[in-house]
Amino acid sequence: MKAFAALYPELDASTSTLHKVDAIERYLGRAAPVDAAWAVYVLAGGKPRQAVPSRLMREAAREAAGLPEWLFDECYQAVGDLAETIAHLLPPPVAPEDAGLAEWLTRRLPGLRGAPAGDAKAALRGWWAGLDWNGRFVLCKLITGGLRVGVSKLLVIRAIARFAGLDDTLVAQRMIGYTDARATPDAARFLALVAPADAHAPGAAAGHPYPFFLAHPLQQPPESLGTPDGWLVEWKWDGIRAQLVLRAGGAWLWSRGEELVTERFPEIERAARAFAAAVAPAGEGVVLDGEVLAWDADASRPLPFAALQRRVTRRTLTPAVLRASPAAFVAYDLLEWRGEDWRTRAQAERRAMLESLLDAAAVPGLSVSPRVRADDWAALAALRAGSRERGVEGFMLKRLGAPYGVGRTRSEGGDWWKWKVDPFTVDAVLVYAQRGHGRRASLYTDYTFAVWDRAADRTDAGDATDADRADRGTVATDRPPAAPRTLLPFAKAYSGLTDEEIRRVDAVVRRTTVEKFGPVRSVAPTLVFELGFEGIARSPRHKSGIAVRFPRMLRWRTDKRVEDADTIDALRALLPSR
Amino acid sequence: MLLAPRPEGLYCEAGDFFVDPWRPVPRAVITHAHADHARPGHGAYLAAAPAEGVLRARLGADIGLRTLDYGEAIESNGVRVSLHPAGHVLGSAQVRIEHRGEVWVVSGDYKVEPDPTCAPFEPVRCHTFVTESTFGLPIYRWAPSAEVFAGVNAWWRANADAGRASVLYCYAFGKAQRILAGVDASIGPIVCHGAIEPLNRAYRAAGVALPPTRLVSDVKDRTDLSRALVLAPPSAGGTTWIRRFPDPSDAFASGWMAVRGARRRRAVDRGFVLSDHADWPGLLAAIGATGAQRVFVTHGQVPVMVRWLAGQGLDAQSFETEFAGEDGAAIDGADAGTVASTDSSRDSSTDSSTDSSTVAGTVAGTDAGSGEAT
Repeated sequence: MKAFAALYPELDASTSTLHKVDAIERYLGRAAPVDAAWAVYVLAGGKPRQAVPSRLMREAAREAAGLPEWLFDECYQAVGDLAETIAHLLPPPVAPEDAGLAEWLTRRLPGLRGAPAGDAKAALRGWWAGLDWNGRFVLCKLITGGLRVGVSKLLVIRAIARFAGLDDTLVAQRMIGYTDARATPDAARFLALVAPADAHAPGAAAGHPYPFFLAHPLQQPPESLGTPDGWLVEWKWDGIRAQLVLRAGGAWLWSRGEELVTERFPEIERAARAFAAAVAPAGEGVVLDGEVLAWDADASRPLPFAALQRRVTRRTLTPAVLRASPAAFVAYDLLEWRGEDWRTRAQAERRAMLESLLDAAAVPGLSVSPRVRADDWAALAALRAGSRERGVEGFMLKRLGAPYGVGRTRSEGGDWWKWKVDPFTVDAVLVYAQRGHGRRASLYTDYTFAVWDRAADRTDAGDATDADRADRGTVATDRPPAAPRTLLPFAKAYSGLTDEEIRRVDAVVRRTTVEKFGPVRSVAPTLVFELGFEGIARSPRHKSGIAVRFPRMLRWRTDKRVEDADTIDALRALLPSR
Repeated sequence: MLLAPRPEGLYCEAGDFFVDPWRPVPRAVITHAHADHARPGHGAYLAAAPAEGVLRARLGADIGLRTLDYGEAIESNGVRVSLHPAGHVLGSAQVRIEHRGEVWVVSGDYKVEPDPTCAPFEPVRCHTFVTESTFGLPIYRWAPSAEVFAGVNAWWRANADAGRASVLYCYAFGKAQRILAGVDASIGPIVCHGAIEPLNRAYRAAGVALPPTRLVSDVKDRTDLSRALVLAPPSAGGTTWIRRFPDPSDAFASGWMAVRGARRRRAVDRGFVLSDHADWPGLLAAIGATGAQRVFVTHGQVPVMVRWLAGQGLDAQSFETEFAGEDGAAIDGADAGTVASTDSSRDSSTDSSTDSSTVAGTVAGTDAGSGEAT
């Protein structure tokens, strides 16, 4: 633990990826394989199951520090991170001791699962007493799950590759599924990660997919890409990006989150097996990249993403769920054919083979994402404008001559682009603000936005003459004065502003606070933002009756008055017709 | 009440003077020369003798300044005023005010840790203590400064060996000189930003021993720069000035660096936790040592400190002031600390204080501030 806890500040302190890779590489060289196995798991984003509820850990820390609850909470608000707050507040360590990372994660912490509260708290206090600041911080992080240290999976892969003298892409492939919640790291799995390139890696399952290639959002005009005939243009489906791995008679469906989701989609598995039987009867490897969609065979467009979500989140797949959200696999790409890695071949070649294979097999529920053709970008732009009616998010643009890359790397960013339809937009008023976490701790960065419940009356709208007359009482008001308009909260957003803008909004929030509820402040409505979002749906769970998808701030409308913000009717008008 | 808040500042009616007023007044007693405590435009200034050089450097050579040695007292209208070391920066003082047997002490900003660049904090018994609370949360517990300087030295040495300049951002007045006095000057040359150098001169003139420093324009041999420790105010970050240094590693020295979020916002390679303010144990120890039964909290974590002290059985209240403070200072304060100390930049520092005072004026309380020297 000491070695791993010491690695943490090294990673945290540096802003240089090179230094971070160095630090991880050095750690791997020193650590026992079983500890390294867990370190890789945790650094790459794996989350050990939570052994102690956060509430209990908080109580134990508060008692150890001898602080009243309100003061502990004030500290937490200022720090913005529970593990760090606890590390700051605990009394100095008394009897240093050291146990390996694996010991903590396989024995000590799991041993607390379901333990009586008193025992768990006593154990935590005992452990804290033996750890220094970093050790405590890391332990608390491991307990609450998630050690976000500004290290991406790609960076961990680079460090492992350097340590083992391997190619990044090979390690990336071996890493797939490594952080899957059902797979426990152990020494053998780590050794399989770092085994020589030609060795038959015993830990790598036959069903392993390839690292996904990801697209960059297209910010520049499409004309900058040359003419459309150099590009494969496909719809950008709003489903679950996945790889279908068919090898040696088996079928595995992997999501982009590197989770094995085969059993969630039995109809895709059936279709995949039928496909494999048709095109690769001897069990030769075939790997398809594509999208899982909820799509009724008779319908012209897929069901909304929410329908697909039910397939993933429901504990058991009842026949009713299977009927209501039937799934299909729409293939984009061919990554492996007859056991051979096809990723370095050109897009056009992979595509042609993909089409011919799926045509030959003709399996229902397994299709090729259609190629969209048009003479020029303007025609494509016109088609793209109709994306929402088709249930897609816009276009994917893939260079016909390009290989299949790894991840979202800058050097290869020019080969795949997502050309999304413009988001929905609405002008909304900031009504609540909450302090952020981590880098944004103690700044008000997370906002709740509202729209007016109805359009302004003439006087509300600031018709000066009317208002003046009303003020002076010269107009006999025979109708009762209209109740003031109210603001209906409908979305939370925390991204889209620059640091400088956040600082300015933070200052306004502090200046215009009406009430404080713990970390949340209600503010007098003074700020208007243009919010963008990708989807909108009716929602009985929300007070506004509306839920929006991926809301974020597009810009701060300093030019608009609060009275000019949009109304709930403007939002409702964006709802898909039923 | 010997002291009461007025729009101009904390006012002592019996003695007809203000302590650290934020608007121009005829008679001002100044605890220390930081911009939020020592402002231009007062008729007469009273400050501790060691503060004279820095005060004149910041407010002008011609201000009407009278100084007292620490412990020396003057009386007017039956009010006895004396100044006692606050340990914050060179010349910083607590103001002891006695009238008809009642004793008040205004701390200004203070720290209880030893600092070779100024006289150590001296507890003064009183009935009423007016305290700051910049770091008034139990999360703030400073490591001994020797430990911090060992970290700074190790960082500097490693950079020097790698041929990289070590740019350490810090407040120009107080923190910079404390760092100069604390680091191991044998590691390499030390370069100071133009905003810091005049204060170094004032410190040296007051008899504080500092290692040799130079301006970047005085460095002829560029290889010197690659071994140098470079002290600069935070405002120098990203300027052409900073780009002169080869492949610099950067760091920030401040109490705010104790919190990881603040450190990451700064986006520097290293954060050194070094403050000229008392930490939580320091504040509580200092308040306890005064024996005061009544405590007024002026700036920083005001509600927290008030609630904590009230829980300890003290009569604790807040004073609304325009001194640097609260968590906003963690962000804005750090930037306002950029306030350089040369005469030309004085105006901008006053401006930034004015801006934040509008904010403070409209929010009931202590939410904003243009903190300096935290």
